Amino acid sequence: MSDFWSWFIIIIVAINLLGCAGLLLWNNQISPEEAAKETTGHSFDGIQERNAPLPRWWLFLFIGTLIFACVYLVLYPGLGKYQGLLNWSSTLQYEKEVALVARQTDPLFEQFAKVPVDELIEYPEALAVGGRLFANNCAICHGSDARGAKGYPNLADDDWLYGGEPKQIIASIAQGRTGMMPPMAAAIGNTDKAVRDMAIYVQSLSRPNLAKDADKAAAIERAKPKFAVCAACHGQDGKGIQAMGAPNLTDTTWLYGPRLEDIETTIREGRKGEMPKHENLLTEEKIHVIATYVYSLSNKPAP
Amino acid sequence: MSNAHERVEKNVGLMIVLTLIAVSFGGLAEIVPLFWQKATTEPLESLEPYTALEMEGRDIYIREGCHVCHTQMVRPLRAETERYGAYSVAGEDVWEHPFLWGSKRTGPDLARVGLRPITDQWHREHLRDPRQVVPESNMPAYPWLQENLVDWRDTERTLRLFKDTFGVPYTDQDIAEQLNKIEGEWADATEEDALVAYLLSLGQERKEVAQ
Repeated sequence: MSDFWSWFIIIIVAINLLGCAGLLLWNNQISPEEAAKETTGHSFDGIQERNAPLPRWWLFLFIGTLIFACVYLVLYPGLGKYQGLLNWSSTLQYEKEVALVARQTDPLFEQFAKVPVDELIEYPEALAVGGRLFANNCAICHGSDARGAKGYPNLADDDWLYGGEPKQIIASIAQGRTGMMPPMAAAIGNTDKAVRDMAIYVQSLSRPNLAKDADKAAAIERAKPKFAVCAACHGQDGKGIQAMGAPNLTDTTWLYGPRLEDIETTIREGRKGEMPKHENLLTEEKIHVIATYVYSLSNKPAP
Repeated sequence: MSNAHERVEKNVGLMIVLTLIAVSFGGLAEIVPLFWQKATTEPLESLEPYTALEMEGRDIYIREGCHVCHTQMVRPLRAETERYGAYSVAGEDVWEHPFLWGSKRTGPDLARVGLRPITDQWHREHLRDPRQVVPESNMPAYPWLQENLVDWRDTERTLRLFKDTFGVPYTDQDIAEQLNKIEGEWADATEEDALVAYLLSLGQERKEVAQ
């Protein structure tokens, strides 16, 4: 701030304060003969205005605000460039607040970081902290209950795309994951019928009863040999390959929905699921605590 | 002396003048000096002008009233910086006309939403049906954005307005490049594309501070 603007503000503030004080004094002074009058002489519809001095309580309150203003201007910034005796600023206050919380929580996170994830799940405090961090950083996609949504994996069950061991969870959070299924319609015949057959076959992997229906059994027979192209990622038995993030198709967990329509869309258009990396956003210690929380959702501590 | 106030009270013109002087004090001391402070008149060095697509997205943000429920103003409070990212400074809003700070926080602050680890796909799904991804959300759905094509008719005028009137440093070449993209890669851009591009641009100027 330049000297000009600094003085500009100081002068306006001073005029304001002095003006208020002057106005108050001026209105509080009346001559003895004026004060002796019973009424002000104003009369409206026969109602007379009585002549009374400013109420004392109000007057003292006003003087009090003037004194408060002066003390405030000495202690806090308000007069141009002058910072005030307390040297207060909103940025400094913010930095102090951050430093204070860091002093309180850093030792806690350090302590948590020393305990392996599968043991840390027995610390209720760590789970509480992890839950809050999860809510702030992960819930937007995985849901506040960690049960996910269409396209965003459920973390509360024991089915894992990339593995549910502590190390794998930490890697998923820190480095992120990219799951990509290419459009497969062309590879299996490129007809609506071929896609529908394959969707029925994929459904039958987790619902063997479907084969009892003659039409479906025929579709399954037609699609089965073509599944070879899917097996590259999902395995010959359809159980998926965790190292690639290729889902197990033989269980009843469906990332993009269990309906035939959902599966057909997946086959036709492919899917892309991206878990962003968090290593630049969260400290290693925080990732450790979040991983503990996630791990705890499917691994209850030993009783 | 004691009747001097009578003169003020019985002369409306004089009373108006004195009232105006009295109420202008706050503005003179608190607002007027800001017009000449570097912190409020100079853009951050890291600030980038919006692309044409982001600019159109910003207009859609205004049209749909996003600013009615979402602020773009992170206050210097730990609880807020922990949740959203680096607090807002005046220099990042120098080119904002009108500014979109908002005042009602029904939804989360969006000033740093572009720095959050959220994919473009998430934004699309969320705009089409918020409860698909956030079951407890009370945000309305905006499914028409994925169908409406961006209306590019006024974009050039908008960019020139920001350049000439608001001092955003677009060069004629920049504008020509943007117009080329409108003819080319953005010819079929939907309003959703534009809005998502705008959302992902929010906060980029504070990327360094945030990390």
